[in-house]
Amino acid sequence: MSLFESVRMAVQGVLVNRLRSLLTLLGVTIGVAAVILLVAVGHGSAAAVQTQIEGLGTNMLTIQAGGRTFGRQASTSSSFTFLTMKDVATLENKVNAPDIKSVTPVVTAQSVTAVHGTASETPGQVLGTTPSYAEAKKASVTQGTFITSSDETKHSRVAVIGATVATNLFGGADPIGQTIQLSGATFQIEGLLTPKGTNGIQDQDDIVIVPLTTAQDLLVGQSGQLGQIVVEATSSSTVNAAQAEAQSLLQPTHQNTDGTAAFNILNQASLLTATSSNNHTFTVLLAAVAAISLLVGGIGVMNIMLVTVTERTREIGIRKAIGAQKADILGQFLTEAVLLSIIGGATGVVAGIVGSHFKIVGVQPVLAWSSVALAFGVGVGVGLFFGIYPANRAASLRPIDALRYE
Amino acid sequence: MTAPTITERPLMLLSAVSKIYGAGEIEVRALHSVDFRVDRGDYVAIMGSSGSGKSTLMNIIGCLDVPTEGQYLLESLDVAQLDDHELAFIRSRRIGLVFQSYNLIPRTSVLRNVELPLVYQRVGADERRERAMHACELVGLRNRTHHIPSELSGGQQQRAAIARAMVTDPAIILADEPTGNLDTTSTLEVLQLFADLNSAGRTIVMITHEHDVAAHAKRVIALADGEIISDERRAPLDGPPPQPGIQTLQPQVVPV
Repeated sequence: MSLFESVRMAVQGVLVNRLRSLLTLLGVTIGVAAVILLVAVGHGSAAAVQTQIEGLGTNMLTIQAGGRTFGRQASTSSSFTFLTMKDVATLENKVNAPDIKSVTPVVTAQSVTAVHGTASETPGQVLGTTPSYAEAKKASVTQGTFITSSDETKHSRVAVIGATVATNLFGGADPIGQTIQLSGATFQIEGLLTPKGTNGIQDQDDIVIVPLTTAQDLLVGQSGQLGQIVVEATSSSTVNAAQAEAQSLLQPTHQNTDGTAAFNILNQASLLTATSSNNHTFTVLLAAVAAISLLVGGIGVMNIMLVTVTERTREIGIRKAIGAQKADILGQFLTEAVLLSIIGGATGVVAGIVGSHFKIVGVQPVLAWSSVALAFGVGVGVGLFFGIYPANRAASLRPIDALRYE
Repeated sequence: MTAPTITERPLMLLSAVSKIYGAGEIEVRALHSVDFRVDRGDYVAIMGSSGSGKSTLMNIIGCLDVPTEGQYLLESLDVAQLDDHELAFIRSRRIGLVFQSYNLIPRTSVLRNVELPLVYQRVGADERRERAMHACELVGLRNRTHHIPSELSGGQQQRAAIARAMVTDPAIILADEPTGNLDTTSTLEVLQLFADLNSAGRTIVMITHEHDVAAHAKRVIALADGEIISDERRAPLDGPPPQPGIQTLQPQVVPV
């Protein structure tokens, strides 16, 4: 029997019981669509996290005082372990550190309350830093300007605020040119930062940035101690080289009594790697859940094919009596099962692709064409696999038994 | 029309054929050492009441079932030695089956039903259509080819089934109670078709329990309790089948 004849008989078989065929299709459709959609959601959330981390600056290293082992930090710390402007100067040496593009000192003021009129709030971060912070941390302003070098030299009482602070203190009003009080000192708002959203730990928009010099004057004291040094590498491929250079430049002046480094360097790129491997696990998990629904769809195909074979036992007997070979019957029912799963798979692909254009639980899905091909292929394969048993059962019926069947 | 040639070799030869269903206590002997020979061109009616084993005999000679004991030679081939594939081949090429309940495939047009044996013979679509149309024409269903079975009367359905049985040009047509579900007019139509097919040289074996129907055959065999109890030739093998006409359709007693 030719393929055309098999398909023709299969189409007829599918059309005989439309509702049942439709419900069977639906099982495969949902399975295939679920695989496509959930993989897309996984990819989407991975992409979203990646964008967020890249927003932090992938070329960036953060150097903090303190040992790698946090438990021992207190006992071994000495004045040596503090990071100072001297360290900034050391790292800025282009000869010793060719892969470092910029070095930005940052001081952090703890528990500072920002007040404007009757409104007040305690921002998540109050930082004193230099203009290069903007580039290293990818912090741009939507309105006004970032801190300038002249602000630094003049010890200007100006501040750049994040969107959360702006909303809390000024509501919807334009904050540029307004003033706020930080620890009793008055600062004029000169810039509003572009919102970054949350990095998963804290709201990155709940921030106030003032010039480093001003912060040392008014907020953190004149100890010369820096909270952290942000180092920007020349490119994302030189991050590791820059890290090694910073490590070797700082090690001589900052080590614990046992010779270990009294500071640690946080590498944004390695954070990215760790996160993307987490996301990979997440995507695989989602795909596995979806694959189970595909399997269930396949079992549905098998179930319906078994019912069909039983229902059409007499027809199978007639076909065999008029000369159908075992292979003809096998082909007919296998084609029917595969046809069901192909139609189901195709509608599943359409549903999956359409569905991935919508935001799902706050994630914009990113369609992976490989998952589309895989889901469709597995869907059809599942139909074929689960069609084999019923089709074989039909083909193996003895014509005399099949004809007697009522 | 020339008389069919009689060959030395019989078309069908059953030697001591028995069929036993079940085993031990529930053993049922449907056929009891039956010897039976059919020559080419014959028109045989097998009679018997329900449970006489006539359907079992029909299934065996139609290659739908195999005997438990004994030997069945179809055109000198021992059917017991054939595998599923070869049996299907014989059913496809050598035998045309007609059933009491027509056994057309539901929701499928008459033409498609008649074509089906040719589909399984892998005949090309054009030739298939032509031969199926020709068969439909012979049974007088030229105008009904696109109807589905449920739109036809019983007689029309049975004629479609006969068209399906003869479309492959088989040597033997086996009919199991072909007129069992039909009224007198349709019965006569079907019997006329069989008479024509037999005159054209085809061997016909027909099972019936009606004497009026059996009267149309050249040879009548009576079966009871799995054994042949009478075998009567009513017309010569090489002659035309008898034409008893409607007036002879009346009860008769089987000679024992």
